[in-house]
Amino acid sequence: MSHADLSIQIGSLHLKNPVLLASGTVGYGNEISQFTDMSKLGGIVTKSLSLKPRKGNPPQRIVETPSGMLNAIGLANVGVEVFVKEKIPFLRELNTTIICNIAASSIEEYVECTKILDPIDTINAFEINVSCPNVKEGGLIFGNDLNSVGRITERVRAVTKKPLIIKLSPNVSRIAEFAKVVKDEGGDAVSAINTLVGTAFDIWTRKPKIKNITGGLSGPAIKPVALAKVLEIKRNVDIPIIGIGGIINWQDAAEFMIAGASAVQIGTVNFINPNAGVEIVEGLQSYCEKISIGKLSEVIGSFQL
Amino acid sequence: MYNEKSRVESNKKLLSNTFLLRVYSPLIAASIKPGQFCNIKVSESSYPLLRRPFSICEVEGDYLHFMFDVHGEGTKLLANKQKDDVIDILGPLGNGFNYSGDYSTAIIVAGGIGIAPFPYLIKQIPTDKKVVSFFGGRSKENVIEYGMKNLLVSTDDGSAGFKGNVVQLLEKEFYPFRNESVRVFACGPNPMLKALQEFAIQKNIECQISTECAMACGFGICQGCPIENTEGDGYYLVCKDGPVFDSRMVKL
Repeated sequence: MSHADLSIQIGSLHLKNPVLLASGTVGYGNEISQFTDMSKLGGIVTKSLSLKPRKGNPPQRIVETPSGMLNAIGLANVGVEVFVKEKIPFLRELNTTIICNIAASSIEEYVECTKILDPIDTINAFEINVSCPNVKEGGLIFGNDLNSVGRITERVRAVTKKPLIIKLSPNVSRIAEFAKVVKDEGGDAVSAINTLVGTAFDIWTRKPKIKNITGGLSGPAIKPVALAKVLEIKRNVDIPIIGIGGIINWQDAAEFMIAGASAVQIGTVNFINPNAGVEIVEGLQSYCEKISIGKLSEVIGSFQL
Repeated sequence: MYNEKSRVESNKKLLSNTFLLRVYSPLIAASIKPGQFCNIKVSESSYPLLRRPFSICEVEGDYLHFMFDVHGEGTKLLANKQKDDVIDILGPLGNGFNYSGDYSTAIIVAGGIGIAPFPYLIKQIPTDKKVVSFFGGRSKENVIEYGMKNLLVSTDDGSAGFKGNVVQLLEKEFYPFRNESVRVFACGPNPMLKALQEFAIQKNIECQISTECAMACGFGICQGCPIENTEGDGYYLVCKDGPVFDSRMVKL
């Protein structure tokens, strides 16, 4: 029997399959490549870049929670210049789609980063992080504000013709409104969701378990929330969605696609099973065979209510 | 680096709360060095979600040994592993101790379960070097002697060996080594490592410390385990740049 077609089209962005590794869980690709064949993935989203390097938050940055984890890394990254010089040569050889994630503390910085990175062929698309919960400037201040998300989309759109994805925060009351503003301002897709704001305390010292006090919750614990957000967008706005949140196996990935995601990103599971992405691709392949469909894209938004 | 499904050979109780796990893991065993660590999945489900990092304690042929104290859900599950259970191990990770080169005496300083990486290190240290070991524990019941050589012990309550902490014991016993070229290898709680940092600066001796930090992946992608460096205003990652650092390189 011939294999089902797993390829996915998101605007002008072609993916060989819908499984992407999420930003902040794959660095710039080099470390995880020791454990997995990245050419089998749909693509990777590189760690959030800012114009200048950021050293990130002091420890403790992470803590495990029931079926999840909180992190407050603080967007530690090498900055655009080092990324171009030192990370692009490796990424170029990976034979997978490279989506470059940008996080900034001002609208001008988003624009500036995009302008510098736009001419680089290795970068196939941009994902704009307007939803990091762990930095003082930018991050959620933008992600919570419809007007800011609209302005950022519009201004970044003006400096690149590459596919433009905006990564949305779940820490809002109506995520569909944010997806709509992205669509109206020329964005090609939205990623949903970034982490949920959470915290945890040590009951003996009565101190927060992470230095930043709050962090972003990820992992299987957030999957139902993420699915509901994807569904909300799908039912209200006609824009491609990249589903993210607690996916650890192919069944989870299929569930997101049924709820309306054109593609998915996997994050926290990479820390536990660095080969999870490839296993999910294989699982989706056999899923197509089990339900006798020739193209995986047929399941996108195929929910029966 | 390998992700190896490893069969448990034995899981021995060394002390009331300390275990020695022996697993068949030929790929990792063939490449792991003293001071490196493995990130172990202690359950097959999502609870607990993350792997747990453990120093390599000893390697015998195709077998790895890990020594651990039970102090949370993860280590409790690991303590319950029995012969022929299979656990998922990622390793070798991190950099390990540098025990080659020009020195005459290796001084091992271990606090509590910080003794874990030393049986393997002691076995690998070239035979022309002298090895002296210092172990500090809370009391007699916590003293671990497994794999140690020329061992001196301190306990907080004085129920075994010197009464006091292990760095005080080292200070007391250091005199005969004052003119030798020594290299200190240490692992233990942060206050102990901090005291040792100062001691090493004072005596102008080389000191390698194995550090600890909460981490998720263990190989550099989660960025969850920073340790402040002394050079600038940035961080190293304990998992990738460490866990072993020259004591002058990091702020504890």
